[in-house]
Amino acid sequence: MSYQVDEKGYYGDFGGAFIPEMLYPNVEELRTSYLQIMEEPSFKKEFNQLLKDYVGRPSPLYFAKRLSEKHNTKVYLKREDLNHTGAHKVNNTIGQILVAKHLGKNRIIAETGAGQHGVATATVCALMGIQCVVYMGEIDIKRQAPNVARMKMLGAEVRPAKSGSKTLKDATNEAIRDWINNPVDTHYIIGSAIGPHPYPDMVTRFQSIISEEIKWQLKEKEGRELPDYVVACIGGGSNAAGTYYHFLDEPSVGIIAVEAAGKGVNSGESAATSQLGKEGIIHGCKTLLMQTSDGQITEPYSISAGLDYPGVGPLHSHLYKTGRGEFFSVTDDDAMAAGLELSQLEGIIPAIETSHALAIFNDKQFKPEDIVVISLSGRGDKDLNTYIDYFKL
Amino acid sequence: MNRINKKLAENKKLLSIYFTAGYPDLNDTVKIIQDLEKSGVDMIEIGLPFSDPLADGPTIQESSTAALKNGMTTKLLFEQLKDIRKTVSIPLIIMGYFNPMMQYGVEAFCAKCQEIGIDGLIIPDLPVAEYHEHYQETFKKYGLSNIFLITPQTSDERIKFIDSVSDGFIYMVSSASTTGAKNTFGDEQQHYFERIAALDLINPQIVGFGISNKETFTQATKTAKGAIIGSAFIKHLTHNGVETVNEFVKTIR
Repeated sequence: MSYQVDEKGYYGDFGGAFIPEMLYPNVEELRTSYLQIMEEPSFKKEFNQLLKDYVGRPSPLYFAKRLSEKHNTKVYLKREDLNHTGAHKVNNTIGQILVAKHLGKNRIIAETGAGQHGVATATVCALMGIQCVVYMGEIDIKRQAPNVARMKMLGAEVRPAKSGSKTLKDATNEAIRDWINNPVDTHYIIGSAIGPHPYPDMVTRFQSIISEEIKWQLKEKEGRELPDYVVACIGGGSNAAGTYYHFLDEPSVGIIAVEAAGKGVNSGESAATSQLGKEGIIHGCKTLLMQTSDGQITEPYSISAGLDYPGVGPLHSHLYKTGRGEFFSVTDDDAMAAGLELSQLEGIIPAIETSHALAIFNDKQFKPEDIVVISLSGRGDKDLNTYIDYFKL
Repeated sequence: MNRINKKLAENKKLLSIYFTAGYPDLNDTVKIIQDLEKSGVDMIEIGLPFSDPLADGPTIQESSTAALKNGMTTKLLFEQLKDIRKTVSIPLIIMGYFNPMMQYGVEAFCAKCQEIGIDGLIIPDLPVAEYHEHYQETFKKYGLSNIFLITPQTSDERIKFIDSVSDGFIYMVSSASTTGAKNTFGDEQQHYFERIAALDLINPQIVGFGISNKETFTQATKTAKGAIIGSAFIKHLTHNGVETVNEFVKTIR
């Protein structure tokens, strides 16, 4: 069983490039050149340098002593929250802005839900002096005012997506439409492990620095490269893809994916795509997605804007279908409680997305000697208002 | 020879009209089709609405959203069209995105199209390679032409490949854009139209996207076999109602 993308852009039954002809030249250019660009010594040098000096990598692998005692197992946290801009998203935007430069593009577009990917994109555009337009659902713009302000301060233009449900799915549609209308000078930086091939693979490779570091960091701390489990939350699935990547072909490493159950998987207000989704096409790839029996894409719900996506990356659909990954779904309430627990046991306020991964201990019993690595994908500053409202702080 | 190829063999420039099924009202579908034929339209694209129409501009996005809100579904569209061939004889093409077809079942969808008398499909997000590898046999089995798009960015080499797997006509997207009405075409479009004409393709070309009035229709059909009007017709329906289909067609020719 392979967990790598094949030459046609598929992970098993999932993936591909279901795009209108208008996007073909751009996606094809990327498909035929991304691996070559990423292999070039000059690219590697610049990418690694920026990750080190600008992002602040390697991010620490932190042994969470009190959390481990509480749950009677050995928990390590991979501190992506300590990256510049506060989440794992920047690993990918650094990589893609360098690809865009290589392709001679002078305009960047991106979609964003909570605003983390938008901020990470606006950041690298400022760094490189490239024009940046970020599409964001009209409703999300109202919900995530601080991130909108950050993007503007970084020099990006934030355009409201007013179609459909006015959230992440529609922001993605608008970004794709922009790309159709600007096919020559523009590169689209997709923020998650979704979209037409080669995006899921390209984003996964840029995020794979997470598992690459886990291996040598764990070797230093525990004398072994392989943990017993790696755990990550999944919306589209970019931090998860990066966290799993170097362990996919290591059968001794359990892969755990945590989706957002919202108010409960069967409540009608959920984003647990593996549980509620069926095979279909969203944003250019064949994957599991939440839809009506008639094939209309439905609007998911989660308290976390970053997990509020009706699809999931094709790699993850493959991990689910083949059983390589173990999938759990965590409700808003359980996630919020886990976020509070981490804050008070370890002095780390996580993003609400990450809080979902931290709630895994409710559903999964680990052995005392197990080494469990959880991707701490982002910090909670952006979510303070939600925490304040929820806990009446 | 199916209805599309017969129509293409006629010695005239073809006017094709796109509309969204279930818009303005859920049960307008059949009446709009009948009135378009009576008004002298040569071919019709029946839009199967989708929640996330990536290749469409605001007009078709809005009509799609409204049609879905009205209650349009794939099943209902087939139900509405079941007797269409008793009254309508021009080529009918269903245009829609791939996901609703997948959920219906691609083979079941094609079989139903044949049963009703649909002549072809336009599926903007089903790429040529996927079609070629997975679906071409099924489409052929049920006598359906699959119509592919080309754009000003499509290379000559790829256009020739698309031409080789096409059956019927090639849908020539007028400019790098989503769907939507334009008032005129500039030099860039004219050059593109001429470049395609010079390729001497097997399949005739019909221009779509940005055709809105007599002027753009005439410009587009100078070299191409015909043109498709979508957004401008939908806007007309929105403002003037379904009783006025003929008035719109008369403004074009």
